[in-house]
Amino acid sequence: MKILVCITHVPDTTSRIQFTDNNTKFDKTGVQFVIGPYDDYALARAVELRDQTGGKLTVLNVGEAETDPTLRKALAIGADEAIRINAYPKDSYFVAQQIARVAQEGAYDLILMGRESSDYNGGMVHGMVGEMMGLPSISPVMRLDIEGNTAKLSREIEGGKEELEVSLPLVAGCQEPIAEWKIPNMRGIMSARSKPLTVKEADAYDVHASIVSYALPPAKGAVKLFDKDQMEELVKLLKNEANVL
Amino acid sequence: MSVLIYIEHEEGVVKKSSLEAVSYGKSLAESLGTEALVVGLGSISPDEWTLVGHAGASKGYHVTDERLNAGIIQAHTAAVSEVFEHSGADVLVLAKSSLGDAVAARLSVKLQAALVSNVVSLPDLAEGFKVKRSIFTGKAFAITAVQTSKKILAIKKNILEIRQDATDIAVEEFTVSLVDRVFAAKITGTDKAEGEISLPEADIVVSGGRGMKGPENWGIIEDLAKALGAATGCSKPVSDLNWRPHHEHVGQTGIKVSPSLYVAVGISGAIQHLAGVNASKNILVINKDPEAPFFKAADYGIVGDAFEVLPKLTEAIKAIK
Ligand SMILES: Cc1cc2nc3c(=O)[nH]c(=O)nc-3n(C[C@H](O)[C@H](O)[C@H](O)COP(=O)(O)OP(=O)(O)OC[C@H]3O[C@@H](n4cnc5c(N)ncnc54)[C@H](O)[C@@H]3O)c2cc1C
Ligand SMILES: Nc1ncnc2c1ncn2[C@@H]1O[C@H](COP(=O)(O)O)[C@@H](O)[C@H]1O
Repeated sequence: MKILVCITHVPDTTSRIQFTDNNTKFDKTGVQFVIGPYDDYALARAVELRDQTGGKLTVLNVGEAETDPTLRKALAIGADEAIRINAYPKDSYFVAQQIARVAQEGAYDLILMGRESSDYNGGMVHGMVGEMMGLPSISPVMRLDIEGNTAKLSREIEGGKEELEVSLPLVAGCQEPIAEWKIPNMRGIMSARSKPLTVKEADAYDVHASIVSYALPPAKGAVKLFDKDQMEELVKLLKNEANVL
Repeated sequence: MSVLIYIEHEEGVVKKSSLEAVSYGKSLAESLGTEALVVGLGSISPDEWTLVGHAGASKGYHVTDERLNAGIIQAHTAAVSEVFEHSGADVLVLAKSSLGDAVAARLSVKLQAALVSNVVSLPDLAEGFKVKRSIFTGKAFAITAVQTSKKILAIKKNILEIRQDATDIAVEEFTVSLVDRVFAAKITGTDKAEGEISLPEADIVVSGGRGMKGPENWGIIEDLAKALGAATGCSKPVSDLNWRPHHEHVGQTGIKVSPSLYVAVGISGAIQHLAGVNASKNILVINKDPEAPFFKAADYGIVGDAFEVLPKLTEAIKAIK
């Protein structure tokens, strides 16, 4: 089976988010970049499926040279080869076009992504790629098993989950508990250095939307503290100040 | 030119978040000087359509095909796209949800329309079409300029009040042609908690963390939730330990909520948990440790043992209700 996993290169979840240049640029100072947490689940499941069924596991990122260490990490976790489309990921539509092209050329059976990127949180790229390729797209996927040419999945819905069956090829946006994150071991890290990382130039593209500026939420006021004997006071505030009761 | 709103329903009952989307669409239509139209798929009763009218819509397209009662992503995409083209709308509005997100993404390709997700307010139409959306799991916002003539806006929950217009809605039955291919993904079963208030839709959420010590102690969480008319949630370790089901887990890797009031009991306030709740309008934290990081993100706090505090709080709430 040929599997493609699309990974993002995003600030670690504990990063402080700040902007520069009059709130038009993300401030990378002191920020550590990691594989997107949902993409990490997709990758972990892909490694398991590749180990079960054989075949080849390719990881793909649309990004500039700074994302190479993130791709190397994915190779250390178990991917066989990496592709980077050398372009700044301007918007989801642009990214989806690049992914769809690679996916078409590589004739993959399974195209796995995270349910959403942890920077822009769109949860859109998998659906877009599915539509561009005329393939089913299922998200957010909590379980994925392959039996022959059929994928059996669970998808989270509001208040529960639904079970699905669909033939390959397929695009899926993954989340936990699809697999346990894998931590690269020493052998993985050594072998990652010699695995192929191919850089391709981006296709001509359309951009649908662009960010003009950023803003931070207003600072929180100080918390109002109560002890267990002041419940009436608290409830009064919840009713009259917060207007929630 | 008009605004089309795609609504979702649960067993025929239109979702609250969809009524919010209708109201958003109506307000947008007003500023564009146009009409708010609605597309609804599957079995929706005339009474429910009336509510959709009250939320602001003047016309409904009802695709009654019962196969659409199931949330099959490609089938919904095909149906909504046909109605969109027919209606002559150029903006599609919908509420974010597990189905809505997936359908919106496919529609953006099919309709060649820019998709902006996590929208938190009405667009700024002064120069072009600029939309504010939430990014970095609620830690920041991006003002996004939309370049295409057709647009799709997926709005966050609880960003506006549902309108109470007395609009009389005219509902037209609309037939779409659905090819077999759009039913390629077969739903073989659903597993859903019945009768509970849905967590992502809830106006008040009460969540418990590891500080609750074990699943047997959830009774006092449920009592408080009941007194408040709230849905229950939990932190990730709680669902990892199987104290509570996975679909209740709130945070960066779980459900993101934006209720009017979020009550966190025995949850430390790790940044990954906060990522799922920081869009809440008010946060009440109950923790025995005055140094718990959650207090920094809270509006109201009770420093104390949850096992003593919760029954007293529940009583005090019942007393004024
Ligand atoms: C990539 C990543 C993603 C993650 N995603 C999520 C996520 O989506 N959601 C999430 O929740 N976590 C997530 N986590 C885990 C997160 O970092 C924390 O470990 C977790 O939120 C802690 O859960 P907790 O607050 O319930 O438990 P703890 O940190 O153990 O806190 C328990 C709290 O209860 C208090 N307490 C104890 N006894 C009592 C009592 N009797 N009365 C009152 N208070 C009491 C304690 O003072 C303490 O503050 C993620 C972690 C990573 C690395
Ligand atoms: N620049 C990118 N390169 C590779 N994959 C991406 C990129 N952006 C998004 N993806 C994939 O698409 C998923 C959904 O992203 P998004 O639609 O931005 O929330 C992510 O979890 C990734 O798997």
